[in-house]
Amino acid sequence: MIRRDVFQAIADPTRRTILALIALQAMTPNALAEHFDSTRQGVSKHIKVLTECQLVKKEQSGREIYYHLNPKKMKEIADWLEPFRKMWENRFDKLDQLLSEMQSRKNNKK
Amino acid sequence: MKAANQTTIIAEKGKQEFFIEREFEAPKELVFKAFNDPELLLQWLGPSNLSMKIEKFDNRSGGSYRFIHSDKNGNQYGFNGVIHEVAEPDRIIRTFEFEGLPEKGHVSIEFLTLENLPGNRSKLRIQTVFKSVEDRDGMIQSGMEGGMNEGFKKLDELLKLKLLK
Repeated sequence: MIRRDVFQAIADPTRRTILALIALQAMTPNALAEHFDSTRQGVSKHIKVLTECQLVKKEQSGREIYYHLNPKKMKEIADWLEPFRKMWENRFDKLDQLLSEMQSRKNNKK
Repeated sequence: MKAANQTTIIAEKGKQEFFIEREFEAPKELVFKAFNDPELLLQWLGPSNLSMKIEKFDNRSGGSYRFIHSDKNGNQYGFNGVIHEVAEPDRIIRTFEFEGLPEKGHVSIEFLTLENLPGNRSKLRIQTVFKSVEDRDGMIQSGMEGGMNEGFKKLDELLKLKLLK
């Protein structure tokens, strides 16, 4: 389910802008909030979504919190085939289940 | 329990086709049945976030089909096609068209083939050929077929340019 969350996370334009900003350099919540018209709470809500799906990592440096981009997670969504593959994989997982049920039914009849 | 079989997607850049490959712990006869029997098809093909209805499934050479996916907001996505050949248990050849596109005629053709492997296993290969590269890329990205969420579609140039270098 994590992967789906990632795609939901980047569907939002504010969150994409946050990603673009911290891709250039790690930023504190305040510095980030300055780039947006919305309230600081609004921005931190978006950051929370991004950290929950691991696109963004939090790091404490002295008294300040810095947000970093998680390149590993970004690479995952960079692969444009992945959601399509995942969709088929989910289907085939269900098909596996069905096939094993069909086989055990068949064996019981013998 | 052994690791699940991997699903492989092959979609070379600039080509009008993609391939889906998957192995199963069952002989091709059984896998074919799961593709060809509407009751069985319903149990695995529908995406988890949509309900799937089979409106028509005349699955024989020269037949046709129409499926409808509905989301929880009542939006419906229809798909239809004609069946060129059903050769049990080896092959199905059919067309596919998503009815939600702004214009008609963006039809693809699917070749499903099954072969048996040693150990009561089998391999499925689906080759889908599109009218254009754009049609193919659109199908993969939109995920309309499976009702993928909007997220991937909206991964915009900003992300690509700035983050994926």
